[in-house]
Amino acid sequence: MVNIIWLLMLLAGIFVAGYNGRIEVVTAASLEAAQTAVTLAFELIGLMAMWLGLLKIAEEAGLVGLLARLLRPFTRYLFPEIPRDHPAIGSIIMNLSANILGLGNAATPFGLKAMQELQTLNPRPQEATPAMCTFLGLNTGCLTIIPATIIGIRAAANSTDPTVIVGPTILATGFSMITVVVADHFFRRIYNGRRG
Amino acid sequence: MVTELILEVSRWAIPTVLFFIPLYGYLRGVPVYETFVAGAEDGFKVAVKIIPFLVGMLVAIGVFRASGAMDLFARALNPVLHLVGVPGEVLPLAIMRPLSGGGALGIAAELIGSYGPDSFIGRLASVMQGSTDTTFYVLTVYFGSVGVRRYRYALALGLLADMSSLIAAIFICRLMFG
Repeated sequence: MVNIIWLLMLLAGIFVAGYNGRIEVVTAASLEAAQTAVTLAFELIGLMAMWLGLLKIAEEAGLVGLLARLLRPFTRYLFPEIPRDHPAIGSIIMNLSANILGLGNAATPFGLKAMQELQTLNPRPQEATPAMCTFLGLNTGCLTIIPATIIGIRAAANSTDPTVIVGPTILATGFSMITVVVADHFFRRIYNGRRG
Repeated sequence: MVTELILEVSRWAIPTVLFFIPLYGYLRGVPVYETFVAGAEDGFKVAVKIIPFLVGMLVAIGVFRASGAMDLFARALNPVLHLVGVPGEVLPLAIMRPLSGGGALGIAAELIGSYGPDSFIGRLASVMQGSTDTTFYVLTVYFGSVGVRRYRYALALGLLADMSSLIAAIFICRLMFG
């Protein structure tokens, strides 16, 4: 699916630009995007290092383990194939907590750490495991209680009530999180059936 | 009042984490600085590893967007979405959101600026921006960092998440602000 979407975006873009006689836009956009990718990755180095350093302290101090034990009923249900006390659980919880609190720049380092941990449980390293799919689904459809960035933008635009959108955001993200949990259940069944 | 409280909470969130985790670690006898450095070591490797995946995804998205193909796609979808009550103004935001976080934020800020933050469109754009995620970016970076090539149903699940929060956002905004 990702191959087709990738190809379609690229080809449709080039076709439309050519048809409109603005083919040079493609050259500029592609070169610029390639450079942006590297800039983004380099910005991530510092963020990753900082949050992973803190995560290590939290792990050694037993904070992550404590959180993992508290949330075990949920994680056992969502990730039945991850062994108890596996470090992946802690990283997944940290990532989802950061997402829920709207701390976007902390979420990515924790999420990447979680993927590394999940990869150690993967029998086919080039292929996503069900746990990875569940985790990414939860990550993109995560409940958000503090959409801080957009509140800041609304406040800057002189809104009379910048936080009026918090309630609807919590409801909408709560709904999508439930959808993900239900849909994931079905996807797992379909795919496991196919595996046979 | 509530606005100030929430903004204050998010202003203090990271300093609080930076304060309490090292303090708690120290009290539990963890060599905090050395442990921090040991954990931080991984940051570089992971960031470098995701570069090819980021380049691939951002180039395709950049071409799709800059060429005007994305707008064309939005206009083609417009009549269909109009039937379910989606205002055409927010459609580019809905399409941009899973592709590019920065791009979507730009569109949302532009909608809020031109229609006003307290208009229906302004509020709907705010809720949409706050409740969906940059699915393609997340999948590219997360799977790329561990070398997974076959995503199986992860993309379908991610897009379903975006779609459901989008539909919920529209429905709830109509109910509350419409």
